[in-house]
Amino acid sequence: MNIDHSKPLEYSTETNDLNIIGFWVFIGAEIALFATLFAAYFILEGRVADGPSAGHLFVISTLMIQTFVLLTSSFTIGLAVNAMRVGRKGATIGFLIITLILGLGFVGVEIYEFYEYVHEGLTLQTSAFSAALFTLLGTHGAHVSFGLFWGIAIIIQLAKRGFTPRTANKTFIFSLYWHFLDVVWIFIFSFVYLKGMM
Amino acid sequence: MEFFKQFAVPNPTPTIYLSMVAIGLTLIAVLAGITYFKKWGYLWREWLTTVDHKRIGIMYLISALLMLFRGGVDALMMRAQTSRPGNELLSAAEYNEIFTTHGVVMIFFMAMAFITALMNFAVPLQIGARDVAYPRLNALSFWLYFMGAMLFNISFVIGGSPSSGWTSYFPLAGNQLSEHVGTNYYMIALQIAGLGTLITGINFIVTIFKMRAKGMTLMKMPLFTWSALITNLLIVFAFPVLTVALAMGTMDRLFGTHFFTIDNGGMAMLWANFFWVWGHPEVYILVLPAFGIYSEVISTFSKRNLYGYTSMVVAIVVISTLAFLVWVHHFFTMGQGAFVNSIFSITTMAIAIPTGIKIFNWLFTMWKGKIQFTVPMLYSIGFIPIFTIGGVTGVMLGIASADYQYHNTMFLVAHFHLVIIPGVVFAMIAGMTYWWPKMFGFMLNERIGRWAFWNIAIGTCLAFFPMFIAGLDGQARRMYTYSEVAGFGVWNLLSFFGGLGLAMGFILIVYNVYYSARYASRDIGDDPWDARTLEWATRTPVPEYNFAVEPEVNTREPFWDSKYEGEKLFKEKITDIHMPNNSGQPFIMSSFFFVLGFGLVFSLWLLVYIAAAGIAVLLFYRSFEKDDGRHIHEEDVRETEREMGGDTR
Amino acid sequence: MNKKWLFSGLLLSVILFLGGCEPVTVLDPKGPQAALLKDVIMISIWTMLFVVVVVFVLLIYILVKYRSTKTASDYRPPIIKGNIWVEITTIGIPVLIIVFLSFVSVQSTYQAESVPEGFKDQEPMVIYASSSNWKWHFSYPEQDIETLNYLYIPTDRPIEFRLYSFDAISSFWIPQLGGQKYAMTGMLTKLNLAATEEAEMWGRNSNFSGEGFAEQTFNVNAVSQGEFNEWVEEVQETAEPIDEETFDELLEPGHLGQKTFTGTHLEFDPAPEEHGDHGDMNKEEMNEEDMEHSEH
Repeated sequence: MNIDHSKPLEYSTETNDLNIIGFWVFIGAEIALFATLFAAYFILEGRVADGPSAGHLFVISTLMIQTFVLLTSSFTIGLAVNAMRVGRKGATIGFLIITLILGLGFVGVEIYEFYEYVHEGLTLQTSAFSAALFTLLGTHGAHVSFGLFWGIAIIIQLAKRGFTPRTANKTFIFSLYWHFLDVVWIFIFSFVYLKGMM
Repeated sequence: MEFFKQFAVPNPTPTIYLSMVAIGLTLIAVLAGITYFKKWGYLWREWLTTVDHKRIGIMYLISALLMLFRGGVDALMMRAQTSRPGNELLSAAEYNEIFTTHGVVMIFFMAMAFITALMNFAVPLQIGARDVAYPRLNALSFWLYFMGAMLFNISFVIGGSPSSGWTSYFPLAGNQLSEHVGTNYYMIALQIAGLGTLITGINFIVTIFKMRAKGMTLMKMPLFTWSALITNLLIVFAFPVLTVALAMGTMDRLFGTHFFTIDNGGMAMLWANFFWVWGHPEVYILVLPAFGIYSEVISTFSKRNLYGYTSMVVAIVVISTLAFLVWVHHFFTMGQGAFVNSIFSITTMAIAIPTGIKIFNWLFTMWKGKIQFTVPMLYSIGFIPIFTIGGVTGVMLGIASADYQYHNTMFLVAHFHLVIIPGVVFAMIAGMTYWWPKMFGFMLNERIGRWAFWNIAIGTCLAFFPMFIAGLDGQARRMYTYSEVAGFGVWNLLSFFGGLGLAMGFILIVYNVYYSARYASRDIGDDPWDARTLEWATRTPVPEYNFAVEPEVNTREPFWDSKYEGEKLFKEKITDIHMPNNSGQPFIMSSFFFVLGFGLVFSLWLLVYIAAAGIAVLLFYRSFEKDDGRHIHEEDVRETEREMGGDTR
Repeated sequence: MNKKWLFSGLLLSVILFLGGCEPVTVLDPKGPQAALLKDVIMISIWTMLFVVVVVFVLLIYILVKYRSTKTASDYRPPIIKGNIWVEITTIGIPVLIIVFLSFVSVQSTYQAESVPEGFKDQEPMVIYASSSNWKWHFSYPEQDIETLNYLYIPTDRPIEFRLYSFDAISSFWIPQLGGQKYAMTGMLTKLNLAATEEAEMWGRNSNFSGEGFAEQTFNVNAVSQGEFNEWVEEVQETAEPIDEETFDELLEPGHLGQKTFTGTHLEFDPAPEEHGDHGDMNKEEMNEEDMEHSEH
């Protein structure tokens, strides 16, 4: 394996380079996926049948907690990558753990929120609106949950193997993934919650 | 007993029972054969675990041919049923299942696999690479496709096939109107195969962008590689739409949601929109690689450079952009009003312009050439007139008002078959014949190949031209029968004969494979067609490392110029070659996907949990795996090269 | 030889159905909309035939002239990258053709979507056509009658079909009167047709809707206004009234042949609105809205 030391560790081999570009392409596909989910939500938003509507359901408090938690986690994972660039393993792992805890908090609040919706009479089967809402939020939430497991695998590898071109590459790609989920959340925040509450 | 009842087919007939027996016997025979000849180890080591793009390509090719026959038998049964008025060969329920599986199998499991086969085999060679960017993901792509195809095909004997058309419009495909599990198979098998396709898309985009030979700028890439690049971009942006639509359809059917239902605010039109937002780009996903193949073949056998290379590339890019802007023309009749229809009518017809440029460029490539009528060239030449007729009728269909009369009729059926058969099937056979010597080390027999071509070309015309007239006479598509007074009889009978011609052609192709494998000469050299691009610059058959030395390129037709203009392709010395290791994980993981899919189809949740856990475990295992590949040593490379050609450079 | 065979085959089929003894259904119009679409179809066929001929002639010429057996054995084809004038021609002419056809398409689409030419001053007769697997229900609110699987319409009067479905997406199509349009659940679509000749025609659902799809057809009788009035009177005198129970039985999947009733099912099972959403608007409001629409 040829390691090019003039580049950051995560870009230092040909495979690493390919992996990062491939992941960007994958994010392109993810954008198409979420765009479709958003389109479905916008089209079905008003079709509430006999169930509650968006304005009826959304609560500002959980929304703020979720937003704050996820935005902060995006910041901490940025710090983790930064720590990796300067070669501080402990700090990298620490920031990654904080990121995952925040992610877990986000998922927890989301589950609580879903529980509340069901309590209000909005289940997956209530209406076209409920199906679209749960699918959009659920797909994002499932991505975050998947990220938790992925993150754990990376932390273990960092702890055991230290910084190698491979672990650095994985950490970097994971951070791309996490930032992407944050961007999707900003869209959900603006075009689902704020629009629904107005 | 209750438990087993859910696996029974809803409309059992002797045909289905016979097929069950036949499938069972074939399976036993295959397994027994492998055991008897002690081939399990070989099969596992050389094929099931391979990550070599050439072998994966060959596996795609074999699967595609098998699916071509499954879909072809469906087609013949349809044509036989409608060959005369009031025929009672098939019932309405059987006919509906058959035209549904015909469409699904041909589009998803035949055509998609066929283009992926040729992309897999040829693209890395054309850009002078040793493999694709992610060899193991490539194997995963194939096995996901394969398991999706198998899952879809067992629906025929376990639980019943889907029967609401390959477009699977809701609410017809919903629980209320399609009670049996057929549509579950559709939703889930396509989801699994679609995942494989998406991975292929990502893999090839990165491969083409990052792994080209030194000196090969984007505008020096062979046109097939260009078309593969654009096709994979289309895949990456179009397939997620299908993913979402299928997921929603699955949820409607399994979890009782109301995306596309009649009640509780469901919107069936949303399915149609999503389906075609994916579906129209899908047409170009299939046809662009075909265009690429024609560019290679026509140029090779006219002994001339491709005319208007730049405009060819621009045309592909324009087509791929327009592909996303025309989906409404699949349902001009949905009542969205004159304004919307007008816009989509114009964008639709606009596609004719870049397509026309391509046709003229191929014509001008032959201009002042030295045209050799080999089998690949015959298909390419046959493509031009038939595709032109398919294309101009597409423009006719694009006129929104007139479409109110063509929509849902045999006219439409004639149009898209006359586009997709010359536009995809001809190209695939041409490409297969063209690259066959590179794949297997011998050439397909030209005489049998010509016979096959004439059967297929004339069969296509005879099968589909009459449908234009039947359509204008008012024959709706997907009708399992019609009365004698309707007057469609004669046109349908002609179509049936055309179908027989096509069948004859395909049988000849199979015979040709058998005949050539037995009798054809193995001494064909590395460049039997006197071709122009890099894949012909290496040995025949291609060694696992593709090129002993990575080529360097200065022109658009590097191999041609190295033969006749004295360009030097291989400048460096042979060194150790780094190769990826084989892996059983893609196969095992895809098998779990098969189990997962089967569990979802029948709502057997225990099975679903087990399979999902299996997939999760494999993902974790892969994450922790240390696999840096292996090296083929310099001496071994020299040894192989010496055996194959004598020149060790 | 392939090309010649194809070409003559194509010409033959064109001649067959243009000049043949019996015109095909779509090209045998009995009303202004179908006549309009026939004209559009013929314009597009002739335009496209020009394209086909150009391609075929070029192809045959090139294949004959530049086949390897005809050229000298030492002939080496030249390298030709492209020619700006050739490319301008091969782009320019298709652009002109597409612009022309776009013009035809837009104009005819607007025409096909509105009340037929020459009937604009008349109040259209409204017929609700609703499909259920695998039948068509025709409700005449003006005459207060309902038929199953057959239509009587007066000639020389514009007719506004209001289409919807009780289950699968269907497509309402009477090829000799005009193009088709979808009938869907939860949404009303409109189709403007008219008959100018007295004729017996067929109509059908052309959009696949399941097992009984092939037989989901109906008869259309275009008769003079006088005859139509007689038919209405006869129905009023002889037919049974439709009620909710009878109608629910009719909705069961299957084929029922032709039936006639007085009254319409719209009284107890109103049609959906024209645009999208499920609403529970009552009937009066709906009628008011319809009135507004017809004024435009």
